[in-house]
Amino acid sequence: MSEKLYSISVEVNGVARSAHVPARLSLVDWLRDDLRLTGTHVGCEHGICGACSIMLDGEPVRSCLMYAVQADGHRVTTVEGLANPDGSMSVLQDSFCKCHAMQCGYCTPGMLIAAKGLLEANRHPSDTEIRAAIGGNLCRCTGYQQIVDAIHDAARRMASGAK
Amino acid sequence: MKSAPFEYLRADSIASACEALRREGDSAKIIAGGQSLVPIMAMRLVRPSLLVDINEIAALKFIAVERDAVRIGACTRQALVERDDALASRVPLLRQALAWVGHVQTRNRGTLGGSIVHADPCAELPLAAQVLGAKMVLRSSSGARTLAAEEFFTGPMVTATDSSECLEEVHWPVWSEPRTGCAFTEIANRHGDFAMVSAACQLALDGEGRCVRAAFGLGGVGQTPLAFPRLAARLLGTKLDEAVVKSVAQDAAAQTEPGSDLFATADYRRHLAGVLAARVIRAAQEKAGGGK
Amino acid sequence: MAEEKSPSGFRYIGTKRRTKEDPRFVTGRGHYAADIALPGMKHIALVASPHPSARIVSINTKPALAVPGVLYVLTGEEFQGGTDALYVGVDAPKVTRYALARGIVRYAGEWVAAVVADTRAIAEDAAELVEVEYESLPYVIDPEAALAPDAHLVHKAHGSNVLYHRKFVWGPVEEAFAKADHKLAFRATWGRSSTVPIETFGVAAQWDAGTGLLDIWASIQMPKFPDQAARALKLPGNAVRVHFDVDVGGSYGLKRGIKHTVLVGFLAKRLGVPVRLIEDRLENMRGGDMHGPDRFFDMQVAFDRDGTIRALKIRAVDDVGAYAGRSPLQLGKPVGAICGPYQIRAIEYEPTSVMTNKTPQEAVRGFGQAPTNFALERAMDRVARYLKMDRIELRRKNLIRKDQFPYLIPSGTSYDSGDYHAVLDKALAAIDYPALERERDEARKAGRLAGIGISTCLEPSGGNTSFEILFNPKNETTTWMDSCLVRVDLSGSITGLMNTSSSGQGHETLVSTVIGEVLERDPAAIRVIHADSLSALPSNSPVGSRMAIMLGGAAAGAARKIKDTLVAIAAHNFECSPQDLEYRDGNVNVKGVPSKVLTWDQLVEIAHRKYHQMPPGIEPGLQAKFVWEVPTGPTVPTPDGRVQMYPCYSFETHIVYVEIDPDTGKPSLKRYVCGHDCGVMINPDIVHGMTYGGIAHGIGASLYEKFAYTEDGQLASGTFMDYLIPSAMEVPDIHIVDHCTPSPLTTFGQKGSGEAGYLGAPAAIANAVNDALDPLGVSIDTLPMSHLALWERISSAAKKSA
Repeated sequence: MSEKLYSISVEVNGVARSAHVPARLSLVDWLRDDLRLTGTHVGCEHGICGACSIMLDGEPVRSCLMYAVQADGHRVTTVEGLANPDGSMSVLQDSFCKCHAMQCGYCTPGMLIAAKGLLEANRHPSDTEIRAAIGGNLCRCTGYQQIVDAIHDAARRMASGAK
Repeated sequence: MKSAPFEYLRADSIASACEALRREGDSAKIIAGGQSLVPIMAMRLVRPSLLVDINEIAALKFIAVERDAVRIGACTRQALVERDDALASRVPLLRQALAWVGHVQTRNRGTLGGSIVHADPCAELPLAAQVLGAKMVLRSSSGARTLAAEEFFTGPMVTATDSSECLEEVHWPVWSEPRTGCAFTEIANRHGDFAMVSAACQLALDGEGRCVRAAFGLGGVGQTPLAFPRLAARLLGTKLDEAVVKSVAQDAAAQTEPGSDLFATADYRRHLAGVLAARVIRAAQEKAGGGK
Repeated sequence: MAEEKSPSGFRYIGTKRRTKEDPRFVTGRGHYAADIALPGMKHIALVASPHPSARIVSINTKPALAVPGVLYVLTGEEFQGGTDALYVGVDAPKVTRYALARGIVRYAGEWVAAVVADTRAIAEDAAELVEVEYESLPYVIDPEAALAPDAHLVHKAHGSNVLYHRKFVWGPVEEAFAKADHKLAFRATWGRSSTVPIETFGVAAQWDAGTGLLDIWASIQMPKFPDQAARALKLPGNAVRVHFDVDVGGSYGLKRGIKHTVLVGFLAKRLGVPVRLIEDRLENMRGGDMHGPDRFFDMQVAFDRDGTIRALKIRAVDDVGAYAGRSPLQLGKPVGAICGPYQIRAIEYEPTSVMTNKTPQEAVRGFGQAPTNFALERAMDRVARYLKMDRIELRRKNLIRKDQFPYLIPSGTSYDSGDYHAVLDKALAAIDYPALERERDEARKAGRLAGIGISTCLEPSGGNTSFEILFNPKNETTTWMDSCLVRVDLSGSITGLMNTSSSGQGHETLVSTVIGEVLERDPAAIRVIHADSLSALPSNSPVGSRMAIMLGGAAAGAARKIKDTLVAIAAHNFECSPQDLEYRDGNVNVKGVPSKVLTWDQLVEIAHRKYHQMPPGIEPGLQAKFVWEVPTGPTVPTPDGRVQMYPCYSFETHIVYVEIDPDTGKPSLKRYVCGHDCGVMINPDIVHGMTYGGIAHGIGASLYEKFAYTEDGQLASGTFMDYLIPSAMEVPDIHIVDHCTPSPLTTFGQKGSGEAGYLGAPAAIANAVNDALDPLGVSIDTLPMSHLALWERISSAAKKSA
């Protein structure tokens, strides 16, 4: 008994991707294992840690809490899609490096997605707003301090027009 | 933690979703935001044979502000409900409750209706529905029926919805009193965690600060979210002085039947119920422009 | 961004510089175990015991094997027949441990069978179909119950639940207790928590029958990992190649995964296909064998009315769960800092390592030091409270003074250097302590529960393994070296080779900074690669806050050899003595004659191509290795158990302000300052980051995190919904104040810092909470101090007063 496959078309980081997937395949497993976009990470598979955060139609969501088949017809952005069109690091990515907002790097893609979602909605976030925005992303290395610093730094640079 | 196999149907209309539910019976399950369902499917605690996806049904996503009520489509994302200013001015308790629901990422995907049908007795939206007396419109192939919150929530993770029904929309009453205030609070271990106890209140005051309308309730301390209409009635006509609020809150706490778990004993929950009930009543009063 | 000048006069060391690792992580190009995809790779799911203790009556694998896509189901019977038991850290040879149980299961979650299938989902489908018949057996969950004479034996063949017990007496303890003005006793309990990295453990393996080589990619941070894997697999060491270039998604000491690796290696060889096991979170929490210390301390303190601490008696009982591994040794490392930063001249220490039917314990950040520091710091605060003495004054009085270093403590370890009073003063100034006291007192007047907590703690660093020989005389390990190889290629580019994997510590940055410093070349252009175990020099991996010291020292040693070679080449060509030359930015010129110079490129070319210009006796090519021993070495203990533990001692003082809602018990950390001295920092951003992270981890251990067990032996907090890792909403803004007392023992004066923050945070937070509870006349000495536990203390006080 082989599982029924469903055909899907998803725009991933600006590229149309088509596949036939079993219904139970999670979106994060499809991105990682089938598309080999391994930048998005799996931490808990039950919606708490935020390591698998991606943008779905421009909003951060947890990709372990969606089935790939549900993404059919939608637009997904992963960490691999955060760079500038010329391939250089975005301000946000650069600020994370500048402030050393990571250690092991495992939660980092999810943090970047959460931060991007915040900065797109709020150009001048306060400390509290930043902490709330990344409150659903667990990090075990940094104590969050340098992540908060990096998001402030990116907000400042973006406000002065940096890309 | 991979879900057990299932088949998938992307419903394009409420009718087609209802038809699938009728056909499959108990073994089908609706997925809305999936923020509670997918984890328990990943843990294989729930194994539907068919998952009926209602996320693409445009007719289930709306916020309609009317004179006496706001109607919200069941599959409206929590983030949209939270952001809607027109809604926030008519049913402000929703925005307040949503601030406690999960995290940005889960509210972006999670739906209003999904949380209500999931009926976790600790969850925020079911408590808000219970306190305000929201009405749930349930649709099946054989028609629609409307249930008030008090009939709708029947137990922990159990509602009066039958397996052929799909929640279509939720009607939230709008209070017309000019001096209305509301508050929501809870105690959880971490921000965004399931509440050990939650509390919600909405009040209206007259020009002299007397309470003319009141509703409050508690979550996490019973089989369902609890509302206390009789106790709320004791607030009416008072200026919500300390003694009244305290006694109402204590009586509410005494009426709860909380359970114990890893994080909270029944005693602790009952105690929190009294504390939080008093706090939300007081906070709602302040929002309504009363008190000091 | 402008680079700041190093405060220590170095060119690169100590300056704010970007790390080498971060760019790959922010672009999604990290390379973790779960990213390994080998052609034809199969996936493993595990069948776990639902019982805390049971006999396996039978296992029927047929229904699972019938699932399409299932390749194999391995049981303990076959597995234990084909492999050797895993290493045990103490002398307990009958406490045998394998990845798959045979005959008896000893904890709920213990692996019983492994299913190999085309996908992980199919493997899980089939795992559900493996039929295991169990016969339930008695079990013991509570460590004190496990010590009782009639207790159920977790390992019958061992004859006792005690893995290790000894009473050490260092100095005139009884005399001090007899003569002291006062004594007090209390119990401090450290809850079962762990580092719980966001990445679970993962390992992939591939057997090449043609070469007879087993390749392993794993998420590891473990000394002697390749050797232990090979030994358990009954393979020669050179038949196992562990790839250290796998990024590890967090570890903090924990990522050992040896049982997983032996299982996967066995299956890869047995089946002839690449096999991968990525624990899911449920497997990880229950059966991943990654819980941390679960320990209580019966503390006795003898002290005088002026606050002088004369002696301590410490009985420590640690529940390691159902199997041993290295976990009993986590009672051993604290021997090297058993009196903390204080002048306490007599100490009795009685560690007991006991087994129960719970998930086994693994190494956690600080290797047992954080719980010990917590108990010591609670003792200091209790003494201050008893004497009605200011806690800071009490500490100042007992702290070892700057002029007393090197300072020999009663248990035989010499502390290298420090200025504890200065760090404490800096931290007090940074938080404006008088203002903080006023803030607390105002809050109290307003009816809130408010408290200030202080801790002054040590971080032993430069990890060696003296505790192994101390706790097991049969284990005569007295070297714990680390190494580096530096190569300069024909193009003049520099490559450093390190010999272990990294889990966020920034070793590539460390090595390139140190090489750049010595060779005066830009670290940004220096590449650092991770060897595999067959091409590696000896390493004991990044444990015990050792890499700044050990890998840093090794990299410096290798770079100095390169520098010496370059100078020797120049001396030969200028026909002068090396003393007549000066080395600048990689070029060598005759002193005082800048024009008489051989440039870096010229020197490199000579070394690689012009043998006729090479001095005699120097190898052509340009590479150097350096193997460095821990500065003080691991030493052989005296008969009474005195030993030099780690060489270097970093110091941290934490000051935290907490308020607790008196009506709900909910705590919130309002202000946090940490004064920190780890000698010369190689990269301040990395050091600060680890310290912030350690504090957050300490907040978790003190207020939130616990692997709780039900009375019937089931793990009650096996998901991230109930094992509560603090988020950015629970961790406050943290302010770190640096101080630098160089170590006299290390290359640049550096000390270790990988465990910083965690070693003092729980102690400070516990002291703050107790300060807040003090006006109520109640206290709490059990971690984690959950909302519930705090409310119960508060309400017991209310009942008392009513």
